[in-house]
Amino acid sequence: MSNIKYILGSFGDPDEMMHGIEKLQENNIKIHDVYTPMPIHGIEAKLGIKRSRLDILAFFCGITGTVSAFALIYLTSVVDWRHNIGGKPAFALPDFIPIMFEVTILFCAFGLVGSYYASTHLFPGRAPRVMDLRATDDRFIIAVDAQENGDHSKIDGLLKEAGAIEVKHNERKYISYE
Amino acid sequence: MSGHNESILREPLITGNDITYAKITDDILMPVENKPNRAWWIGFIVSLMGATLWLVAVSYTFWNGIGSWGLNKTVGWAWDITGFVWWVGIGHAGTLISAVLLLFRQNWRNSINRSAEAMTIFAVICAATYVVSHMGRPWLAYWVLPLPNQFGSLWVNFNSPLVWDMFAISTYFSVSLLFWYTGLLPDIATIRDRATGVRRRIYSIFSFGWSGNVKTWQRFETVSLILAGISTPLVLSVHTIVSMDFATSVIPGWHTTIFPPYFVAGAIFSGFAMVLTLLLVARKVLGLENYITMFHIESMNKIIILTGSIVGVAYITEFFIAWYSGSEYEAYAFINRSTGPYWWAYWMMMTCNVISPQLLWFKKIRLSIPATWILSIVVNIGMWFERFVIIVTSLHRDYLPSSWAMFYPTWVDVSVFVGSIGVFFTLFLLFLRVLPSIAIAEVKLLLKTSSEQAKLAQIKEGHLDKAHVKEYVESLEKFDSVKQEEYAKI
Repeated sequence: MSNIKYILGSFGDPDEMMHGIEKLQENNIKIHDVYTPMPIHGIEAKLGIKRSRLDILAFFCGITGTVSAFALIYLTSVVDWRHNIGGKPAFALPDFIPIMFEVTILFCAFGLVGSYYASTHLFPGRAPRVMDLRATDDRFIIAVDAQENGDHSKIDGLLKEAGAIEVKHNERKYISYE
Repeated sequence: MSGHNESILREPLITGNDITYAKITDDILMPVENKPNRAWWIGFIVSLMGATLWLVAVSYTFWNGIGSWGLNKTVGWAWDITGFVWWVGIGHAGTLISAVLLLFRQNWRNSINRSAEAMTIFAVICAATYVVSHMGRPWLAYWVLPLPNQFGSLWVNFNSPLVWDMFAISTYFSVSLLFWYTGLLPDIATIRDRATGVRRRIYSIFSFGWSGNVKTWQRFETVSLILAGISTPLVLSVHTIVSMDFATSVIPGWHTTIFPPYFVAGAIFSGFAMVLTLLLVARKVLGLENYITMFHIESMNKIIILTGSIVGVAYITEFFIAWYSGSEYEAYAFINRSTGPYWWAYWMMMTCNVISPQLLWFKKIRLSIPATWILSIVVNIGMWFERFVIIVTSLHRDYLPSSWAMFYPTWVDVSVFVGSIGVFFTLFLLFLRVLPSIAIAEVKLLLKTSSEQAKLAQIKEGHLDKAHVKEYVESLEKFDSVKQEEYAKI
């Protein structure tokens, strides 16, 4: 085996890159991942990435917020420490709504973004795992694991045929660690 | 991304004929990757002087108490709350552009959302400082939080709109910050991968290790959409609650049910005006004419006409209801507003907010950059006066004529306000230097479908309806960044 770890097909156009993915898949070559400077629609279906469940989570975070806000207001101003405000009832539900709404949004947003960062491993100071520095600029990169897929010249050929501007053989997985 | 083209009838969102993905990155990162020019330094030094004035004035207020302001027993709120509502209102356009226009799939938002959201965050910071300094004892500011009785105060009164406001503003600020920062991650990663040395290390920390792989992007889009979905009611709720600070009181002139929609429309109105004030200059100085085009400017002007007209209708309705209600106190409050000692403030508000935005119905004015820029400033002067009129004229004639008073600002009042503008511009100018002022990834999405060059290629293919092409070419005449001669032969 050679030292090559990853074969990268670097495309200048998203449509050609999509074509490259199709070509590789037709030939039963497993794609490790694809790195793009912008979101490409339809790519997740091709690579078999499941639908995100973050929306469900966001809903439950929001509900938690509603319930927490209600509990806080109810337990403080109805149960624990009633204020007598002009003899009006302490349990004034309409007055509770603005805060319940705001806390719903707050919990929903923080729960959602927090779990997004956690599930995609984003946090301050994390070492960027970058295979090609131009993947955040103007190149669309298809990465193929060279150890799993033996026939390198065939992969090169397929990528070139689909329109890859260059094909790189990287001996390290992530160049950004240098 | 597949082969289908956008309708030729839609105006291009990116102009220029040599735009590539690399050029988009280069153009947008130009101010971040190069040394600032003289215009930036002049702006920054002037703003920094303003910020220093703010620091002095706010410190003076903290040290001496709010007696250093021109407030008196009758007029207990004046420039402080005027400034607070003004700044919060300005912030609203950022969320509207990033959230509401995303839900409506308005792609033109892609090149203005980043700077508008930054503007939101800086405006809310300015607004929050007013809230803290008008408390009188700012070191006890934490008393607005729901803390147990042992902390000194009782549990907060959850029936009070001022407490709702604390929840609304802090939620608004933190959710806007999350939305803005999450959107920034891919662009910070772009700067990181082009930088070297210490710069790379710094941007690496702030990029959270973004790599741009498929799963991260897919989740990113889900998160953006949900955040837009929850920010839309949030932004409407924030100014609604701000208006309830007034509307739930029993002061004639404040106690009206029209306040929430009227305040929200006014907020969007002033926010878009501020976006135009900032972007018309930024687009020129930073050379972003190809991304923030005349179409963007015209669209924002149309929103200003709409919201300005809503505000105008609200003013007139309010006046009508003051008479129609038969409440003599309410009627007096409004007669006094327009003809009393503060008549000049009222008519300033009417002229700047109701009459002058109507000039934008004229296409010539709507498409003139100097006219738009001046009008955008006029609108914000008018919106400042609106809040001043609502607050001061409703308070200054108390129920007892013996307590009638006028409000005269002191140098501290003026300095806190002028200084807060300095703080805002200091933060905005720093933002332009260290972060991309346009969402790079989102603009790249438009290149293959909505750019001038993609549409030109479509025309050259020649399968399009001639009448449609003619209409499209005519629509390009307003663009200052399009080379008209290229279309002369088509």
